[in-house]
Amino acid sequence: MKRTAYRLTIAAAMAAIMAASPALAEEVRIMWYSDGNEGEVMQDLLDRFMADNKDITVVLDNVSYQVVQEQLPISLAAGEGPDIARVTNLKAQAEHWLDLTPYVADPEYWRANFGGQADWMRPDGSDAITGFMTQLTVTGGFANKTLYEQAGVEIPGPDASWDEVVAAADQVAKSQGLIAAFALDRSGHRLSGPAVSFGANFIADDGMPAPVDDGVKAFVSRMVQWTEEGKNLKDVWVSAAGSTYRAAADDFINAQIPYYYSGSWQIANLATKIGNGFDWVATGSPCGGAACSGMAGGAGLLAVKYTKVPEAVGKVMDYLGSAEIVKEFSERTLFLPAHKGVVEAGNLDFQSDDPNVKAALSAFVAASGKIAPNASALSAWKWANAYYGALVTRTSQAMAGELTLDDAYARMNDDIAEQVKQAGQ
Amino acid sequence: MSRIATFLTRRRGDGGRWHWTDVVTWLWLGAGLILMFGPAIWLVLSSFKTPAQLAEFPPTILPYVSETVAVTLNGETRNLPLYDVILSDGSADQLAELRRVGTVAQMIDPADPETVIKVPITDRRPVREVGFAWDNYLKPLEAFNFGQYLYNSVFVTVTATIITLITNSMAAFALSKYEFRGRNAVLLIIVATLMIPLSVNLVPLYSVISTLGLQNTLWGVILPTVATPTGVFLLRQYMLTIPDELIEAARMDKASEWQIYYRIVLPLTAPALAVLAIFSVVWRWNDFLWPLIVLSRKELFTLQVGLNTFAGELNVQWHYILAMTVATMIPVVIVFVFLQRFITTGIAGTGLK
Amino acid sequence: MSFALANTIGAVFAAPVRWLAASIDAPLRLWQRLTGKGGMIAFFLMPNMIVFGTFVIIPLFINFAYSVTGGNELFLTDRSFVGTQHFDRLLTCDNHFDPSSCRDDLFWTAVWNTARFVVVQVTTIAIVAMGTALILNSKIPARGFWRAVFFFPVLLSPVVVGLIWRWILQRQGLLNFVMIEMDLTPVNWLIERDWAFVAAVGVSVWAHVGFYALILLAGLQAIPRDLYEAAEMDGTRPARVFFRITLPLLWPNLLVVIVLALIRAVQIFDEVYVLTGGGPGTSTLYLTQYIYEIGFASILRNPGLASAASLMMGGVLIVLTLGQLGLQRWRDRA
Repeated sequence: MKRTAYRLTIAAAMAAIMAASPALAEEVRIMWYSDGNEGEVMQDLLDRFMADNKDITVVLDNVSYQVVQEQLPISLAAGEGPDIARVTNLKAQAEHWLDLTPYVADPEYWRANFGGQADWMRPDGSDAITGFMTQLTVTGGFANKTLYEQAGVEIPGPDASWDEVVAAADQVAKSQGLIAAFALDRSGHRLSGPAVSFGANFIADDGMPAPVDDGVKAFVSRMVQWTEEGKNLKDVWVSAAGSTYRAAADDFINAQIPYYYSGSWQIANLATKIGNGFDWVATGSPCGGAACSGMAGGAGLLAVKYTKVPEAVGKVMDYLGSAEIVKEFSERTLFLPAHKGVVEAGNLDFQSDDPNVKAALSAFVAASGKIAPNASALSAWKWANAYYGALVTRTSQAMAGELTLDDAYARMNDDIAEQVKQAGQ
Repeated sequence: MSRIATFLTRRRGDGGRWHWTDVVTWLWLGAGLILMFGPAIWLVLSSFKTPAQLAEFPPTILPYVSETVAVTLNGETRNLPLYDVILSDGSADQLAELRRVGTVAQMIDPADPETVIKVPITDRRPVREVGFAWDNYLKPLEAFNFGQYLYNSVFVTVTATIITLITNSMAAFALSKYEFRGRNAVLLIIVATLMIPLSVNLVPLYSVISTLGLQNTLWGVILPTVATPTGVFLLRQYMLTIPDELIEAARMDKASEWQIYYRIVLPLTAPALAVLAIFSVVWRWNDFLWPLIVLSRKELFTLQVGLNTFAGELNVQWHYILAMTVATMIPVVIVFVFLQRFITTGIAGTGLK
Repeated sequence: MSFALANTIGAVFAAPVRWLAASIDAPLRLWQRLTGKGGMIAFFLMPNMIVFGTFVIIPLFINFAYSVTGGNELFLTDRSFVGTQHFDRLLTCDNHFDPSSCRDDLFWTAVWNTARFVVVQVTTIAIVAMGTALILNSKIPARGFWRAVFFFPVLLSPVVVGLIWRWILQRQGLLNFVMIEMDLTPVNWLIERDWAFVAAVGVSVWAHVGFYALILLAGLQAIPRDLYEAAEMDGTRPARVFFRITLPLLWPNLLVVIVLALIRAVQIFDEVYVLTGGGPGTSTLYLTQYIYEIGFASILRNPGLASAASLMMGGVLIVLTLGQLGLQRWRDRA
């Protein structure tokens, strides 16, 4: 009796274990972050994929941007990590991406539709297919139209300079009793577009980083001065150290500041959170002496080299990169697609009743045509991250009054040089 | 009643006079009460406020919920908050607010929804009563995966504490009840460990963990933290006071060394074990930096790392952040309420020898 | 009530634990017969020493190796030898007291920030803990309740502590509201450099003072009552009682508390990181955060530099810990 009971227990335990483990399904993990509703849209798309592909389970790990920025690189360096990741630091981590060429159904399709940005996500000189951009973004400004109307100030046009834009925003802020005139996300990438507009060139002739030039100095010195004058919302840049990312979106959403310089990926977020709280418009990038440029960018969906299931990864990527899925994704998330075929076919029916959204999207599409060559080169440049990190850390110190401007520039060059040296060892 | 009153108000000064030490004492205690409990209470109260209320300055103490009125505008019926308004002609009225931008609110009379009246925000006051925005808790509890994080924290804490108690007590036993050649060397090594806290070894420790394949696992969080030199010393001090005669007698009764350990020494060391257990639970529950480094898979996050990431994601959506902070605080408060006496006498008792 | 609960928990776990222990006895007896006492000693020591060895001693040696290699790689085998390059970078300064004259200004900023923090925070926490212990030791009603009041923040996790205070100290937070009510100009506590430092010190004192107060309280309770009674009969003033009786007898305990607080203060990270993130600018950037960011949190990591910095921090801690052990010896002898 005892032995039978014992045997039954073992059998039951084994049955339980069998039932618990997914029946030999291959599991693909995607590390994902969301600015708006992309997480839900992606989960929905993946649910449909899994319904059609019963032998593959896709787990969508929706983490915060900070995890992708800080934790993912550590995992990748340890030879671990998810199977697919949505990342913005594409080039700096190029060595960790998987070449999908043997795993996708039709490499030519990939080269044709996503080739334009392929260099952003693979080592120099390689022709690997590592993934695709989930969206193409452009940096640019947003203005709170209602506040400008209430203050009786006209929103500066597309040819307005940075000085004019900030002056107008300042007028609005003073008249409406707001805490500051404008804010910029705490990011070197955000600073770069305007710096290029003032004539900056980060890349020296030999492809290595060039010392901080007059263009950079022109914009950084303005930012520091505007912070001292209370026009720039100090809290965003000064509230963290190093290269920690902070977005200033919430202050704009709460109508605390009339002008916000960020990028097209914020559109869905703004539409949802602002609702009909006030009217807002996208204004493109203000002008410096040399251009009226923002920065191109976006988050890419990359396959990780250390995956144990490359074929399954290839299938998932084929599905997510297909024209219909890209079109649906873009329409629901209000992102601008990177897929050449989808862009050329046009007719994107962005799913939003918010009239501000359609107008903003068109404004950004127009702005993407104004990106200066110096700026677009940065997206494929391997030292871009070193530059952004140095810009952010030292500018924020200058804004906090810890460094003089000249010290800040010297330190920036020094930081970049140290990064280059370390990477070479 | 008067005896209680005398008890509660006894002072150093004779009769009814206030000695300056009494004044200082009560001021200190009062300040302590406000400063120590106050922030936590403020946190809890704030966590029940709606985002609009949180943005209010000056803030209210209690959470309020605005009275709303259903207004049909352009065929759509919406619930708009009600305000007591002083109009430009001096009369008072109750209007519903359509929206508010900057210093001007657009308000409408529920009876006549088509006309929009612009009212400066200083001239209006919300009509509301005390109410709790439970949504602040419900919404993120799905998103925040609180249950999973709680489980991870509990798993790490309990497992680490058990392992700590076992390994530390075994080592303390060996070091207190035996004379052997390498004893001083071992003691020295443990002292050395005391001097090298985890924060000094972050980088190489991570590579050791990775080599062992423990990165991004809960065991990678647990194992480096179980060898606590403080624990070994604490237990050793206590075990030294156990008379050797007990052990000799047991040996004569043919007890094995293992039996001596778990039958005699361990039960006698119970008070010190309890203190170590409490320390270990508090340390492991509150560990932040190491789990932050080791874990990058969301479902493995402990409560602390999860809360930090959550706060980072939401940036300034304080209504959710506050609610989740309270949720993270609750297990500790429960433990505190029940075991506080135990904990404080335990720590005070050993006086951290 | 709490003791009953603890006893119940103990009872529930005791039986299976005893059964487990008893079942290991047989193989261990065998081991003991084969290897004698020495083998048993080894058995008792092994688990702890293995953990120490693997997770403390070996990493310490590897740390030295990291500090003399360069590159971004996290694994030693992928790194190349660079000699004292990192130490050079960290230690080269025109004027060691002025971070902006140093090659690695962030390191020295972190060092001096930490030094300033340690001095101010430890002094404050020692004084406040001392005062609290004295008061808890005096004739107050409901002593257990008051003990709990001061101990409450100690149990809160650093993330919770950081978030609570960030909420209270922000631009439109409770503290500024109270200041406005009292007709004072509000301060942006976490954005103004010097106030952020005060906030960091204040919050960490708030979070830990209860713990030290309890230790001092235990020390105070060990002082014989008759000393105080004699003093009271003589009509001695309280200040004199404190300085002539209490302080000298409490001194060893106080010193232990100070050294413990010092050791913890040098490694400060958790609460401050959540409260200010090292800002504004870099005014609350402390050593551990510096090491964490350089070694882990940036895309272009510099583990070698982080190792070098952490070894230097380790050096300071060794000095402090030796001091603490020396003090304990002295106290036990006294």
